[in-house]
Amino acid sequence: MTVRTGVLAAVALLVRRDLRLAFRRPSQLCNPLVFFLVVTTLFPLSLSPLASQLRDIAPGVLWVAALLSSLLALEGLLKSDAEDGTLEQMVLSGQPVVAMVAAKTLAHWFVGGLPLVVISPLAGLSLGVPPAAMWVTVEGLLMGTLTLSFLGSVGAALTVGVRRSSVLLSLLVLPLAMPLLIFGARATDLAIAGEGAAAPLYLLGALLALSATLAPFAAAAAVRIGID
Amino acid sequence: MLKVENLHLWRGERHVLRGVGFRLEPGELLHVAGANGAGKTTLLRTVAGLVQPEQGEVYWRNKLAHSLDSGYAEQLAYVAHDAALKSDLTAYENLVFMVGLRHAVADSAIGLTLAKLGVAHCANLPARALSAGQRRRVALARLLLSEAVLWILDEPLTNLDAAGGTLVLGLLDEHLAAGGLALVATHGELAIRSDRARRLELT
Repeated sequence: MTVRTGVLAAVALLVRRDLRLAFRRPSQLCNPLVFFLVVTTLFPLSLSPLASQLRDIAPGVLWVAALLSSLLALEGLLKSDAEDGTLEQMVLSGQPVVAMVAAKTLAHWFVGGLPLVVISPLAGLSLGVPPAAMWVTVEGLLMGTLTLSFLGSVGAALTVGVRRSSVLLSLLVLPLAMPLLIFGARATDLAIAGEGAAAPLYLLGALLALSATLAPFAAAAAVRIGID
Repeated sequence: MLKVENLHLWRGERHVLRGVGFRLEPGELLHVAGANGAGKTTLLRTVAGLVQPEQGEVYWRNKLAHSLDSGYAEQLAYVAHDAALKSDLTAYENLVFMVGLRHAVADSAIGLTLAKLGVAHCANLPARALSAGQRRRVALARLLLSEAVLWILDEPLTNLDAAGGTLVLGLLDEHLAAGGLALVATHGELAIRSDRARRLELT
């Protein structure tokens, strides 16, 4: 008698598969990362290298750049699976679609979001963020990029059947990401000023909890419609 | 075992499925025939549960197929036009993932099935290096490994050479003899031995 695969095992299988696929295409893996670094270094070049001025704009620049570079990779979250028919096979596998979508989102964050968080101190340094404020920025971005991936999964699922969907996807996701930007940038801002940044960080955590628990359901429903 | 009742589906202005209904019992095959655009794929996708019909129901063992306790998805395998392989993964990796989502699968079983379908030498090639016929054979390996009771096959003979065609018909005969069900769409003839094959003409 064969043993049915449990949901957690299926999620692990899917995450492993997506990571393997990502590492087979290392160039696509690096693109958002390089984009993030380039955008953040453009600002000191174009405005002024004055440390005090850079410090003022650093929170906004870091967060907007992180937001945009996460968006870059978002289109591929479900599209390639939808195009080659593996997405509908996942839907037919008998595993809950919610779990499949959540697994894909997690894998997407591991290759698209987590690297951004890891190199963000470097970008912060080039913008004159004091080392003391770096930890808050990393914490904020950790929650922020994960929230973005979950929010983005809904957008990606909604546009799965649409050709050339990147602009539409941005239009769908960016407005939803505004609270994230506000609290994230505020946290970095407070940390740079040497004040306690706990409040905006808690709010970021709340947004993460909200999106991680609700977004997969919305995305799963959208996937079902999208493969119709 | 599988009962499809009065399916209606519109695609824009076009009434594609107009009250399609049939029953399938263990060991039976339904050959869905019809011209291009007659709605063969749409019917198959609707029965598989990928498309929601506007009217009509699909029953599996006297339960609504899309109800949670029907166990329908676990007993169904669908092979579409394209082979549903990730082109960056090898044939073997594709199968480990796709079959693994359903149930535990031994490496030896994958090797044996690939050999049975004549693509054992392709196991460690990325799927993008395979020909259309080889991809189709790997997709059929997934079908066999899924151990599904109900096979839904969309044009299973396309891209296959003569030997491949015979192989598929042989597999279908074996499946039906073992008490399986099959729903097969082709625009041509389906020369299978079983006498429990019926034909549904879509117009």
